[in-house]
Amino acid sequence: MTTTTGVPTLVRGRLGPALPFLVGGVLVVVMAVLPLLNISIPGILPGPTYTPGTLALLSLCLVFAALALSYNLLLGTSGMLSFGHALYFGAGAYGLGVVLRFLEVPLWPGILIALLGGLVIALVTGSVAMRVNGIPFAMVTLAFAQAGSVLVRRNQQITGGEEGLRLPVEHVPDWLVGVANTRNLYWFTLVVLVVVYLVVLWVDRSRLGHLAQATRENELRVQVLGLHPYRAKLAVFVVAAGCASLSGIAYMLLQSGTQPSAVGADLTITVLVMVVLGGVGFRWGAIVGGVLYTILDQRLTVLARAEWIQDLPGILRVPLSEPLFLLGVLFILVVLFLPGGIAGSVDAAVRRRRGERTRSELARMDDSAEPRSEVTA
Amino acid sequence: MSGLVLILITGVGLGALYFLVASGLSLIYGLMHVLNFAHGAFLTLSAFIGWQVAQTLGTDSWGSFLASVAVGAVVGAVFATLTELVLIRPLYERHIEQVLITVGLSFAAVALFEGIWGTDPININGPGWLRETTEVLGARIPNTYWVLMIAAVLVLAALVLFLQKTRYGMIIRAGVENRSMVTALGIDVRRSFTLVFAIGGAAAGIGGVLAMHYFTFVSAHLGSTLLIFAFIVTVIGGLGSLTGAAIASVVVAVLQQFANFYLDGTGDFIVVALLAVVLLVRPRGILGRKA
Repeated sequence: MTTTTGVPTLVRGRLGPALPFLVGGVLVVVMAVLPLLNISIPGILPGPTYTPGTLALLSLCLVFAALALSYNLLLGTSGMLSFGHALYFGAGAYGLGVVLRFLEVPLWPGILIALLGGLVIALVTGSVAMRVNGIPFAMVTLAFAQAGSVLVRRNQQITGGEEGLRLPVEHVPDWLVGVANTRNLYWFTLVVLVVVYLVVLWVDRSRLGHLAQATRENELRVQVLGLHPYRAKLAVFVVAAGCASLSGIAYMLLQSGTQPSAVGADLTITVLVMVVLGGVGFRWGAIVGGVLYTILDQRLTVLARAEWIQDLPGILRVPLSEPLFLLGVLFILVVLFLPGGIAGSVDAAVRRRRGERTRSELARMDDSAEPRSEVTA
Repeated sequence: MSGLVLILITGVGLGALYFLVASGLSLIYGLMHVLNFAHGAFLTLSAFIGWQVAQTLGTDSWGSFLASVAVGAVVGAVFATLTELVLIRPLYERHIEQVLITVGLSFAAVALFEGIWGTDPININGPGWLRETTEVLGARIPNTYWVLMIAAVLVLAALVLFLQKTRYGMIIRAGVENRSMVTALGIDVRRSFTLVFAIGGAAAGIGGVLAMHYFTFVSAHLGSTLLIFAFIVTVIGGLGSLTGAAIASVVVAVLQQFANFYLDGTGDFIVVALLAVVLLVRPRGILGRKA
């Protein structure tokens, strides 16, 4: 009997280590040609895959999948439960809008500046927040995100306040503007997702990622070995925040604007729900979670307006017409009964068939968090 | 001079409101190591039910005001107890999942409240006196602040009495200090988990009804706004320390009022800056035990 350690990945089959790349490559190609095909999935997609409406929904799925991936790097790889991840998403979205509007630079330098801005904010807030661990860390990141949200809501002349910031389209190339070009935006978000995936994969497999994983398991031991857990965690935090900023930039381009909710705590919680649904610690789980959540949210909103729901008595109608209520309940049920999420459960099933013992990622994180607090007490 | 008095007294009043929310959070964290995100939902539900009670009894009378506060406390306590029994208890000792559960609960609850009571804030009325002001040293203090202060002092006194004088209070204090030792002595700490949740829920419930009078409206997001400040207060005060939470509530709120008045409405921002400074200088908070 072996118990798994380290970041669990789906057990490799006969194809060996090449399998994930093969599956991933095929998936990316399929996703890339989707706008050229006429595929209808009634009940899931609003229309055939070449229509702008469907492509916009799919693009949103990709953006949130990228955001969920970046959050999984934080929670899954280095075990940091942050409630301020939306701050960096919002920094990307608002950063791009503000830079294009006030510096009047073209799109690509604008993206670079927005990304750098997100990284700097992450470096400053991260280095302060990491003074504490565990739950206090969660509270502090939440407070920082809240400060960002207040800042955005207050400075109306810069960020547009409650009304949100519109993307200054005059500085954006024509091929990325308008409903007719949704297809290009879709490809753009697909590229963003692939880039984020590769960055996350690179971190997971690098010395930095291994150090962050080791810190998650036992911070004291890493310190005793003469390594620097703080620096490793901070680096992972900043990389994850950078990926979130990139997702925010894609979101800004896709939606041609952004609202203050893109910075707030609610978005972080949404991302947390995505990652836990998909399975903490699994890259493909985060992607599945992000896509599933976005589609569910959209479909449940459509369902809420359905006639048969409106005809129900109040006690059934009210809960059923609130998509977020249903998603919240689904989330609670997953945490209670399926703690590994989708990917974790699939992985556990595969491992059980091979006679290995497994534990959900969240349960292991608790175990590794315990001795640390005992030791330093 | 009168400006200074105004800021000081309103700051203390606002601090009283923060304390009502933060006291439960701090106790729950101290004993169970659970960050209770659902605390805001307890507060919001109490406010809505308290509002409905006051509506049926007539909003002007003091009787209905007190009844709504009492109902708010009961609703908060019941909601919190149910949360502990149904959702937290099955995940014994799995802190991250417990936090996630409370996150999910607050997520679902806010959406449900929006479904029931609508997305727009509802303006409320209370006894006429609450909308008047009292003059202290030339400063005109809105009367809601006095009510908040009285409520917080009563809750603090009741909590201190309970924790110092009763057997269950002793178990809770011992549990915060060293839980494995209490368990080793053969005492079922888990029973006090439910109790702590009920107490925290009741305090949050009182806070919810009073917060509604303070803001003069009630909305599904009432709790989430206050919850973040309560988190900041508990971290600054030191997690698990009731006295720390009380001190930090007042410090944070007074500072917030000062910044709002003299520094062009930057109160919220100053509070987060204070949090950052406290973390850099003293990560365990004012009265927290060494992490």
